[in-house]
Order: sequence, then structure tokens, then C-alpha cells
Amino acid sequence: MPYRLEINDVMREVDVPPEMPLLWVLRDELGLTGTKYGCGKGLCGACTVHVDGAARRSCQLPVGRVGRAKIQTIEHVGHTEIGARLQRAWLEIDVMQCGYCQAGQIMSACALLAQTARPSDDQLNSAMAGNICRCGCYNRIRSAIRIAAGLPQESDRAA
Amino acid sequence: MPPERTRAGFDRRTVLKASLLAGGGLALEALIPLPVQVANASEPQHSGPAPLSAFVSIAPDGTVTIVAKNPEIGQGVKTSLPMMVADELDCDWAQVRIVQADVDQARYGEQYAGGSTATTENWMPMRQVGAAARAMLLQAAADGWHVGTGELTTSRGRIRHAASGRSIGYGEVASRAATLTPPDLSTVPLKQPAQFTIIGRPTVGVDSAKIVGGEAVFGVDTRVPGMLHAVYEVAPAHGGRLVKVDIEAAQRAPGVHRVVPIFGNGDPDGGLADGIAIVATHWWLANQARSKLVVEWDLSAAKGHSSSVYREKAEAAIASGVGTDLRVDGDPAARLASSAKRIAARYDYPFIAHAPMEPQNCTARYRDGRLEVWAPSQTPQRGIEALQKALGIAPENVTLHLTRAGGGFGRRLMNDYMVQVAAIARAVPGVPIKLLWSREDDIRRDYFRPGGWHNLEAGIDANGELSAFTDHFITFGDGKTTARAAGLNLAMPPAGLIPHLRYRQSMMPTVVTTGALRAPASNALCFVSQSFLDEVAAAVGTDLPQLMLRLLGARREVAAPDHRPAFDTGRARDVIEKVVQTSGWAHKPAQPARGKGLAFYFSHLGYFAEVVEASVADGAVTVHKVWVAGDVGSQIVNPMGAENQVRGAVIDGLAQALTGQAIEFVDGVVQQGNLDDFPLARMPMTPEIEIAWVKSDKPPTGLGEPALPPVIPALTNAIYAATGRRIRSLPVRLKSA
Repeated sequence: MPYRLEINDVMREVDVPPEMPLLWVLRDELGLTGTKYGCGKGLCGACTVHVDGAARRSCQLPVGRVGRAKIQTIEHVGHTEIGARLQRAWLEIDVMQCGYCQAGQIMSACALLAQTARPSDDQLNSAMAGNICRCGCYNRIRSAIRIAAGLPQESDRAA
Repeated sequence: MPPERTRAGFDRRTVLKASLLAGGGLALEALIPLPVQVANASEPQHSGPAPLSAFVSIAPDGTVTIVAKNPEIGQGVKTSLPMMVADELDCDWAQVRIVQADVDQARYGEQYAGGSTATTENWMPMRQVGAAARAMLLQAAADGWHVGTGELTTSRGRIRHAASGRSIGYGEVASRAATLTPPDLSTVPLKQPAQFTIIGRPTVGVDSAKIVGGEAVFGVDTRVPGMLHAVYEVAPAHGGRLVKVDIEAAQRAPGVHRVVPIFGNGDPDGGLADGIAIVATHWWLANQARSKLVVEWDLSAAKGHSSSVYREKAEAAIASGVGTDLRVDGDPAARLASSAKRIAARYDYPFIAHAPMEPQNCTARYRDGRLEVWAPSQTPQRGIEALQKALGIAPENVTLHLTRAGGGFGRRLMNDYMVQVAAIARAVPGVPIKLLWSREDDIRRDYFRPGGWHNLEAGIDANGELSAFTDHFITFGDGKTTARAAGLNLAMPPAGLIPHLRYRQSMMPTVVTTGALRAPASNALCFVSQSFLDEVAAAVGTDLPQLMLRLLGARREVAAPDHRPAFDTGRARDVIEKVVQTSGWAHKPAQPARGKGLAFYFSHLGYFAEVVEASVADGAVTVHKVWVAGDVGSQIVNPMGAENQVRGAVIDGLAQALTGQAIEFVDGVVQQGNLDDFPLARMPMTPEIEIAWVKSDKPPTGLGEPALPPVIPALTNAIYAATGRRIRSLPVRLKSA
């Protein structure tokens, strides 16, 4: 089936079965490999993208249901003010270890801050609970979101 | 898993070779003598123009290119090893460009990620290479100015002659340096620690900027023109063999290019498992077509390989008491019999999976008898050996590119996915194939951390001293050799610290593949050792840090069996005392059902003591804070990465204990399959983690693993302090009992 998708402000044409999850259209059809496969069941958040600004698991979104929604991926999120702030904060404290989940983490964090500019600890934890980091970078992910939101940082220095 | 070891520097037969870069500048290569079997397999070529693979090169514009030789799996070596080179070179880190090495043992020596060995093994060689390059640049400048090298100083990539006020950039003398004979690696002068400008400075990872922009290329992101995608369907039960398959329906499924039944070599442990490859235009289409396969498997070998059966066999073995004595010190039986007080307990822990975020994958192209591979492997050189063993592909016909890996944790020490993709690629010659496992494949076809059972007894004498200790360990193996990563560490405390001790072992066979998981053996044995010693401490009216300090005694080295590294009781004392202080151990939480627990362990050359503060409400455990004190030698190479390793290890251990992780089998079939039934840590459970480094005068050692083991018993001991309930079985399940 042919589809016209608006991805990262560009119209892209693809011809794939309607049930194919957006994740695989991004990765295998369009070469946008920043969005990652982790579980295929919406459990880990590695495939998080923005669909009309909301964080969605692209492994659970069949391409046939995207319609005219605007899709944004990690490759383009730096063009938004919040996305750029988050990326800077991520680098300031070097959040990552293996880095595989971080695209999804940043996309979820970006959707959170777009909704709630200064999240409480509970809001932050619950908005990010769907994104697994197997390396356990959670302290720094929290810190980076707080830095990007202008909130005080979690103590993260060794003695 | 490579053995724990230390190494002073390059093999002493290593020589440096300098050559001129194509556009001018210095390229410095190390010519590393190969082990005999590798040398026979492929004769290294060191003639011709300067290779791009030189360890370090300096371009005329001053750009320093350093090769990152080891696999990067999130442990930070792609940053920390080049930092060692750059510091001794005395250049500016901003001038440095890092390139990932291909696999080439003749140029880079051993290239692997395992056993927390990278810092230990590379600390001297990396610095020696950087210092040699600096010495040559210095000599080149001295020759040009007709002065002695002793009159020159370097800083941030420039050479200065104070007497004349002249200075010159490294790039400007690099071509002249390329004509010089490199110095002897073993005598090249190295910096004193106080002179380090890059080592010890918190440094952002070299790929971090690409990662936050989604541009970093992991194994799974490999793209080769004309590439197709593959899945590999294997038997539902471990040990299963392919009998026959009807591929017709799968062959007709949308996007499917080829369906290839593969009869493996019957060696699931490092060889090639039987399976059916489906090659398609998109991975999702290949994966969808799996349901169309009509397969007959022979699963008879897996009959009876069930978790319930394993448990019954373990209980029977414990009841019989029969086993092989692996270590007997003194006369533990007599001491137990004569002790004033005896305490006994059984401990066990389950099989668990690695579940790195990036499922196993590999890309390969087979063309004209040659194989090109793109692999996120922790042991690529062993992968090349596996290709030869399983498929007969000679090492000289393999080109292997290392990719960044989305986590390893020991899973990628195995190269089964590499052998599989090579077998598939050979069946579709000329077409690049990317094999990707589904999450379910990744969890069910893991090389699991094996489960184990321990029957422990301690004897306490009339003075309240621990006088005898015995452990009967039930594990897996063929009767002679334990399964991979299923052995006992005979140095497990209190071994070596008390005179009367016995470690006995029994084993049962398994068809399940097992392997090293981050801090192998230690991740389970520390729980056993430190939890039971906490019971002993309570029985003698003290606490674990006091008991451990008493057992450790005077500062000394205790020799360990099995060629394991000696254990330094002084370093152990220091980290225990440090964490007692930083955690305010003496101050017990005032709130009800809240407590602190401590544990210590020595693994992978690192000494770690940790304290957990936790509370229990309605059967749920909350971890409030974790304190860590660690000694990994005199120098933390990159504090930014080092702290991340420690935090990650702590969270990893908490996840093993608290999220319900357990892999179970019914007739060889893994009952779990994804992150819903094999959970991982999530942000809300993450406590504050406070780290203190204890800097000893020993050479720096690795950090990928040693911070993990203590957190588990520190947690279970905290649960005991909070509730009075002993946790003797992992994962922690408070509601069920």
C-alpha cells in the first residue's frame, strides 16, 4: 500500500503493508535508524517517536493508522527548542553508557517537558517509567531532564 | 570469559613502526607478536604505505587520530583507552579524533570486552604508545632547532624551547618525526600522575554527541547497499534438532526472498544451532513469515530439563550430602562437631538472562569465498575462530568490522549470531544479510547465568568466633566439568580467612546454554557469602562490617587457588571502613520496617563495599539510598564514565533482586520471552547512589563488573534489618511466603 507520511517536516512516500509498524518503516524503508527496536511490544520505549507531539511507541503503531499525523524522530528533535535543550543537558553530564535506549529516553523527556515545563519528581518518574535503560543511567537521565527544565540537579558526584 | 589477570605492558617483543602518512604526518604502529596459532593462520603484512590502522597518527594540521581498539559496549573504553594515549602524547583532547579499529590481532593485540580487563591490560601499553609518539615529535623538533630534547617541553600539542622562546605544533614536525626510529617501548619515559592532564578529568564519551542525535551506528543500524533482512527460527526447546520443514508457505509470504533450512553442527554451545533462516526485504516481514513455517523438531534431548526437576535434584543432592570436595582447609567436620553453636541455611538463585537493550544481531556478506562481517561482539577474535570451527571459513578470508554494541553484560562474549549470519550469507552469496533476533529470541536463546543451590553451615566456638564454614554447592555440568560460568570461586569469603573450611560441589547435566553474566559467579556467590555471614554476625551478636574486619585481620595478601589474583585484606578493610563512615552505618533508621544492610566483595581485581537503606511496606521493597566505596587502584581514568559504571552495576544488581527476574524451563522450553515476564529496572525504583573512591597505590583496574555483586546482599541484609526476615532465595519475593 502506498502511503504519504510527514516525517521530520518532510513528506515521504512509502509502499508497505498497512500492518507494518511505523518503527520498521522508519528503520528499514527510510533509513532513519536512530529509532530503536527493543521489545516489539511497547514495553521498553526504545522506539519512542512523537506523533503530533505526543510520545508514542512506534513498534505499536501500524503505518496504516498514521494518516496525516506529523511524525518526529530523534534525528530531528534537536530542531525543537526543548529537544535541543535536552540534548545539551544529556551531553553536559554525559548521561549514557551503551546509548541504545537514549533516543527513546530523549523523545519521552521532550514530550514530558512540552506538557509540563517543571515536572515534580513523581511526574518525572512516571512519565519516564516506560523507558528502560538496561545500563541503569536513570540517575543521570533524571538529572539531565532537571537541568533542561531549569530544576536543581540530583547529586551525582563521587567523593 | 578471559581469566582475571594483570599485565604490565605490551608483550616485550612488540616493536613500534613509524611511517609517513599519505598527506604528510606521523603514523605509529605497534607490531605485536601473535600467538603461534594465529600467526600460522594469517601472515601479517607490515610493508607498504602507512596504514590507516596505525595506533596513533598526527596529521600536518595537528589533528591526532587515535584508534579505539576494543569493542565498545557501553563500558566507555572507546573514550578511556584513547585518553591514556592522548595524555602521554601530551596533546589537547580537542585535537583528538577517535576511529574504531577493525579486528586485527597483528596490529592491536587482543581486542575484547570482558572480565573488566581493559583498564588493567591497557594502562601501560596505551600510555607507552602515546609517550613514544611524543618522544619522536620532541626529537624531530630538537633536530630541526639543533638543540637537545632536554631543553624542550610539551603542552597541549605544542613543543616549546624556553631558552629561545620558540614553539612549534606537533603537526609541523610530524613528517620529520616519521623518519625517525621509534624508541624502545619498555624504556620510554612516562608521566608522573601529577602531570596527567587528560587522565582523571571527567570526559564526555566520544560517541555521545552522535547518540543524542540518533546518529550513532550500533550493530543493528548497519546498512550495506543491497542488504536484506533475516530472522533465524530455532527449536523451541534448548537442545532441539531440526527433523524436517515445509517452507512453501513462508516462501510465498510478502517480502520474503529466500527461506533456508540450516542443519547445524549440533554444538549449541558456541557452534551453530539448527534453524530456518527467512530472508526478506524488511525485518518485520521476515519475522511475520515465521508463523508460516511448518517444522518438525526433535525435542527429545530436552525432556525432563525443567526448573522443577532441577530443584528436586538439587534438594536430593543436598540431602545426600554427596559431592566432590574442591577445597578443604583444616578439619571443618571436627570443628563443626565441637563448636559451641552451629547455624545452617540453604541459599539459591535462579537462571537469569542478559537482555541487553540491543537484541543479538550481525550483518555479513559472503562473496567470492570471502566473508565481510559487521558485528557488535565482545569477543570478535573468538568469533573468527568460531566461523572456522563451525563453517570452515578460514580466518584470512574474514574481514570483521566492530560496531558499537547496545549493551553486552557478557552476552556478546558468545558469537552464535555471527556464525548464524555467516551460514545464511553463504546460502545467499553476494547479498549482504542483516540478521536480527526478536526480543523473544534474545531472551530464550541466551547463555543464561546458571541457577545454583548452596547448603551452608557455620560453627561458632566458645569465644564467639567463626571457627568452621562449609558449603555444599549444587550446580550444572557433565559430571567432570561445570557448565559455562557454573563453577564455584574457591576464594569466596570466608575462604582463606579462617582455618577450617570445606567447599563441596555436585553437578547435574543441563541442555540449557549457560554463560558469563556481568561479574560471573560473583553476582551469585557474593549473595550467598555475605548474606550467610550476616547471619553468622547476628548469631555472635555483632554486625557484618565488624565480623568482616575481624575475619580480614591484619593487612596482608592472601593467596588464592586456581591462578586467581591474591586478595589484599588491607584494601578490603579500607573500603568497608569507608562505607561504614559515608553511610553513617552506626545510625540506624528510626522509621519502622526500615533498615540498612552492608556487603563486601572482591571481584575482577576491584574491592567494593556497599550499604543499602531499604524499607518494606505491604510486601514491597523500597530502596532509599545506596552508598558505594570502591578501590580500583590509584587512578580513575575517566571519572565521568567510571561513576556511570558503578551506578549501572548497582541498579543492575537491584533489578536482579527486586524485579522478579527468573528464567524457568519446562522440558527445555524457556517460559519467559519479553520484558513483561523478564523485567528490568525502571526509573521509579532508582535510588540515590553515593560513590566514594578509595585510592590505593595499586595500578588502575576495571570497573565494568566489581561494583555489582555487593549490592544484592547489602539489599537482602537491609531487608533483614528492616523486617527480621532472611532472604535466602532470589529474586526477593516477600508476598509469597
